[in-house]
Amino acid sequence: MLAAILILSVLAILFGLLLGFAAMRYKVEGDPIVDQIDAILPQTQCGQCGYPGCRPYAEAIARGEADINQCPPGGEAGIVALADLLGRDVKPLNDEHGEHKEKKTVVIIDEKLCIGCTLCIQACPVDAIVGAAKQMHTVIKDECTGCNLCIPPCPVDCIHIIPVEDDIKTWCWPEPEAELEQPPIEEPV
Amino acid sequence: MKRRLWHFHGGLHLPEHKQASMTKPVVAAALPDEIILPMQQHIGSPAEPVVKVGEHVLKGQRVAKASEYVSAPVHASTSGEVIAIEERGVPHPSGLPLLSIVIKPDGKDEWTELKPVPDYAQLDPSALRNVIRDAGIVGLGGAGFPSFIKLNPGPDNAVDTLILNGAECEPYITCDAMLMQERPRDIIDGLLIMKHALRARHCIIAIEDNKKVALTLLKNSLQEHEAEFLKIVSIPTIYPSGGEKQLIRILTGKEVPSHGLPIDIGVVCHNVATAAAICKVINEGKPLVERYITVTGETLDQPRNLKVRIGTPCIDLLNACGWREDQTDEVLMGGPMMGFGIPALDMPTVKTSNCLLARPKDQPHQQPAMPCIRCGQCAAVCPAQLLPQQMYWYARARDFDKIQAYNLFDCIECGCCAYVCPSRIPLVQYYRFAKTEIWAKERDKEKADHARQRHEFRLQRLERKKKEDEERRRRKKELLKKTQPKPDSEADIKQAAIQAAMDRVKAKRATQKQQKKNIENLNEKQQQAIEAVEKRRQRLRNAGADNEENP
Repeated sequence: MLAAILILSVLAILFGLLLGFAAMRYKVEGDPIVDQIDAILPQTQCGQCGYPGCRPYAEAIARGEADINQCPPGGEAGIVALADLLGRDVKPLNDEHGEHKEKKTVVIIDEKLCIGCTLCIQACPVDAIVGAAKQMHTVIKDECTGCNLCIPPCPVDCIHIIPVEDDIKTWCWPEPEAELEQPPIEEPV
Repeated sequence: MKRRLWHFHGGLHLPEHKQASMTKPVVAAALPDEIILPMQQHIGSPAEPVVKVGEHVLKGQRVAKASEYVSAPVHASTSGEVIAIEERGVPHPSGLPLLSIVIKPDGKDEWTELKPVPDYAQLDPSALRNVIRDAGIVGLGGAGFPSFIKLNPGPDNAVDTLILNGAECEPYITCDAMLMQERPRDIIDGLLIMKHALRARHCIIAIEDNKKVALTLLKNSLQEHEAEFLKIVSIPTIYPSGGEKQLIRILTGKEVPSHGLPIDIGVVCHNVATAAAICKVINEGKPLVERYITVTGETLDQPRNLKVRIGTPCIDLLNACGWREDQTDEVLMGGPMMGFGIPALDMPTVKTSNCLLARPKDQPHQQPAMPCIRCGQCAAVCPAQLLPQQMYWYARARDFDKIQAYNLFDCIECGCCAYVCPSRIPLVQYYRFAKTEIWAKERDKEKADHARQRHEFRLQRLERKKKEDEERRRRKKELLKKTQPKPDSEADIKQAAIQAAMDRVKAKRATQKQQKKNIENLNEKQQQAIEAVEKRRQRLRNAGADNEENP
């Protein structure tokens, strides 16, 4: 009886030490769920969700402060992926935060109108606008995420939204039309 | 001795329809009114134009240069004037335009100065590859991968077998068969050049056994000493034996690994037309400016093979073969199994165009598709040993992870599954749809990662700037403190500051009192008036003084 208690106690202490060691040795830095959520978000950094960028929104979701349906650029696919990751129910996009646009857009600066005020450069979250004070600015199209944050600060309204057109490399085959649900039944003559 | 051959899984025996276009010899197609040369006729980055509008170019002159490693230059296919460099429609399922050089032929068809390679055996393989690269040679079997890359085995790979693909397994297409009949020696010479570049040990030319004439002619042009390392092999006619992986399986019994390349198992595979084109480059110095194209179909009066200048509009070739437009449903580029409908017939033929197939109206594939009954015929015929119906379900459900787990990217889009499907489901379209969607998702992901990086960098930069500004302010303050004498206490500093301010105000008022205001820029009249006033004032003062003395 005593021997059994002793053995079990020793074992318990041993395993406890082992677990304690493992917990310290293999400690995970940071919150991995935030990275996983951030990987799903589209990284437009548009702030439509109410947070200053995708990562703060990911952190808010992880803390349980924000819902998963606040990201218009991510659209339904993004919500489904987030619901999948977090084991939550899929919800429709909260339209308070904006509408999902099927077609991707970028902005273009009308260079004839630009007065070189640098306000758009300060607004751009991904440094996709080049220019200097009193010099004409321009958008690097490949870097633009289409967040449209540069449009409100522009004092002369010279920034316009243009859709991104497909070229041969980015073109996708259309989904074939779904087949008939029921084969046509031939009427007996 | 009969060579041992293997089988690949599945495959189909299809009606061949090849005889119609093989009865007449190959003739050169007439010079068109316009030659349109798209900048992308190959896999890789588009070429960059090196000519200007209005420039006169000669046949074989380079008009666009390769932009990157995986790219190919483009050469003028006739002499004439460059009349435009603009976006033009190209034969691609999307129908989207591509930058193209448009040449108005001058009718002389005058060659530029040609530089043949006199003795290629003396040339280093790398120099040989450069010659082939500069000639714009790409795989003429259909994919259009730049050939010089496939002629570079890399430092760690030894090439055991070089296979020349003359199977041409797709129905209707006969351009390779006609090439083998008309220029067998060119093909063998081209193969020897490739062998030199690759340092391959064995060579095989594989031909389906329905091309007896080509087989005999090739065998006849083979010299005795060449027969030691070069075998011409007849393989059974079964679609798609001309698929690269399938052909390698038939000839060697080896499987190219999934996501792998033939070079991984010591094999390199090229098309016979590519070999003939390489022979022309080395022996005659002529870059890739023309190719054989089969123009065939039920709605043509004279289906045949034509020697076509690359860039000739499709409509010119169809008209040359007695095309009955009113009976045609659509014109395919490529064969009936893997071809695609040409969006508009004024589009040019390109380096990879092997066949124009005019389809009559009322084909069975135009009837609506019906639900999948899970008969499994598609899996039985799949030459890549995939499960087409599973992939079909996942493509419909847009479950792209799952469809990749079923090895979607091993699908060669041969069309066997759709051909046998009793419900006429366009299976290959579903796979193409899924493939391009997956690529688009990957591009989006890459773009998002890039944006995240840039955003994080921006945040870091702003943070750093803030810190630097703070640091600068702190230093400035310190500097001020050092230069001023140290006051005793806070109250004293305040008192001193107040005193100093009051002194400043006093001094200012004193100077202001002494100064007379508004005395600049006076004219004579004003000056006189002032003097008069001053005089009166003086008089009054004097009078006042007298009064005080004498009240």
